[in-house]
Amino acid sequence: MLRDITLGQYYPAESVIHRLDPRVKLLGTLIFLTSLFITKSFYGYIPALLFLIFIIKASKVPFSFMVRGMKAIAFLLVFSVVLNLFLTQGDVVFTWWKLKITKQGIQTAGFMAIRLTFLIIGSSVMTLTTTPNNLTDGLEKGLGFLKIIHVPVHEISMMMSIALRFIPILMEETDKIMKAQMARGADFDSGNMFKRVKALVPLLVPLFVSAFRRANDLAMAMEARCYRGGEGRTKMKPLKYHRRDAIGYLILALYLGVIIALRILLK
Amino acid sequence: MSIIVNHLTYRYNPGTAMESTALDDINLKIEDGEFIGLIGHTGSGKSTLVQQLNGILKPTSGGVYVDGADIGDDGYDLKKLRGEVGLVFQYPEHQLFETDVFKDVCFGPKNLGLTQKETELRAYEALKQVGIADEYFYQSPFDLSGGQKRRVAIAGVLAMKPKVLILDEPTAGLDPKGRDELLDKLTSIRQDTGCTIILVSHSMEDVARYADRIVVMHKGRIAFDDTPMEVFKHRDELKEMGLGVPGITETMYKLKDAGFPVSTDIITVDTAVTEIMKVLGR
Ligand SMILES: Nc1ncnc2c1ncn2[C@@H]1O[C@H](COP(=O)(O)OP(=O)(O)O)[C@@H](O)[C@H]1O
Ligand SMILES: [Mg+2]
Repeated sequence: MLRDITLGQYYPAESVIHRLDPRVKLLGTLIFLTSLFITKSFYGYIPALLFLIFIIKASKVPFSFMVRGMKAIAFLLVFSVVLNLFLTQGDVVFTWWKLKITKQGIQTAGFMAIRLTFLIIGSSVMTLTTTPNNLTDGLEKGLGFLKIIHVPVHEISMMMSIALRFIPILMEETDKIMKAQMARGADFDSGNMFKRVKALVPLLVPLFVSAFRRANDLAMAMEARCYRGGEGRTKMKPLKYHRRDAIGYLILALYLGVIIALRILLK
Repeated sequence: MSIIVNHLTYRYNPGTAMESTALDDINLKIEDGEFIGLIGHTGSGKSTLVQQLNGILKPTSGGVYVDGADIGDDGYDLKKLRGEVGLVFQYPEHQLFETDVFKDVCFGPKNLGLTQKETELRAYEALKQVGIADEYFYQSPFDLSGGQKRRVAIAGVLAMKPKVLILDEPTAGLDPKGRDELLDKLTSIRQDTGCTIILVSHSMEDVARYADRIVVMHKGRIAFDDTPMEVFKHRDELKEMGLGVPGITETMYKLKDAGFPVSTDIITVDTAVTEIMKVLGR
């Protein structure tokens, strides 16, 4: 259920990946995701797979935990694979009733499955090893150059960090309210569609009330501490690069090199 | 109805880095009509324990038996159990959702599958029991004061006519007057209905006045389980757990330390007065 959504969750552990500067991880994720779309042949995914295994091993996050995040999007995965499998035109290899499977279909579906899986696991690695605060700090600093063209980088990252910060709180709140209504005999997981939707009212109303109350409290607390936006604001823990971050960038450059080389060599 | 908790252990998030043992080998027997005070420092596992008693949480190992039946068995009627073991969560006013007070209180009995008439009858009775006047019945629950909201929420559980009523820190955030009123209401509800009451609290004062049995939790285990008089004999251990004894008992300990030959087995102001008078020879 709700707890199965690991995307966007932090998993505390002591590892090099956890300690890396968030900017390295952000760029790394970007490079990894791009690499998935550069490659045109199956062999091109071998370095991606090796890279992913290497990162997961180094992050010390149990593999089962990452796969749990996959469950939430399993439907999407199956859906897009099936669509691609049956709807791609080309050389027919198999016919059943009106459905045709083509060579190109198998290929596209295969690519799709690999890409989606790698994409989800790859981005989970980043969120699992980076606290939301660190992540938004990284974004704010990494995208700081956009301020020149008047993009409100600070405001955007502040909104993001507040939103991220509220996710676990709202999850906890949902859990509590659900339990409290169950203690009053509410039933959330039986009955037909209509009944189930109706059963959500006793959950959603208190949840919204509490979200507004919290938002109000937070706004008040921020004002009480004289928050006036990003202008002239300093950080308690400014981001600083270390040796390991340089090594991280080096590995990323290497990975990108390999991917580009493969793309040129394997037509 | 009797509730037996047998070698119950509970872990949150088992198998992850966030795993934590909240309850560790709990054994407990709750008899009909008792008034139990469940006490412990924040994080000692009180809330986790009471959520086991109506099957909201499932034990990691061990079990809970209600009238001899294991509530963890497949096919056990949990809905019926939740009507019989009424659990009022901490800050219960956060669960209010209906457009008016009366409808909100009807939610519980309606879920039990009672007739419209019976549901409304029970809601009316419950609201009277917690002292909500008729003029509030058709107001939005969100327009009430804090103390009133809390009482409406408690009525929401009472309306299911539970045989065991569990309240998780019902006085949290109330002013002294609201607290006393609420606790007195509990005593009268118990007299009216004869139900068992389990009062969860971290305040010795509240519990000492009302409970006839005290269960002290410490780090997920039961540290003491006895009458208030017996439990308060463990003043030093209780202090170490961050709990201490009621003010009046503490006073007697201090008097004794100062050289007055008073008894320290005292938990009410009246007996304390008598004892001090006796020692002073009046
Ligand atoms: N939903 C939860 N998820 C994980 N851990 C929890 C959860 N609820 C409580 N805990 C942990 O279980 C322990 C006992 O908590 P709780 O039963 O709420 O104690 P109390 O009610 O006595 O304050 C605490 O260490 C707490 O951090
Ligand atoms: Mg609690």
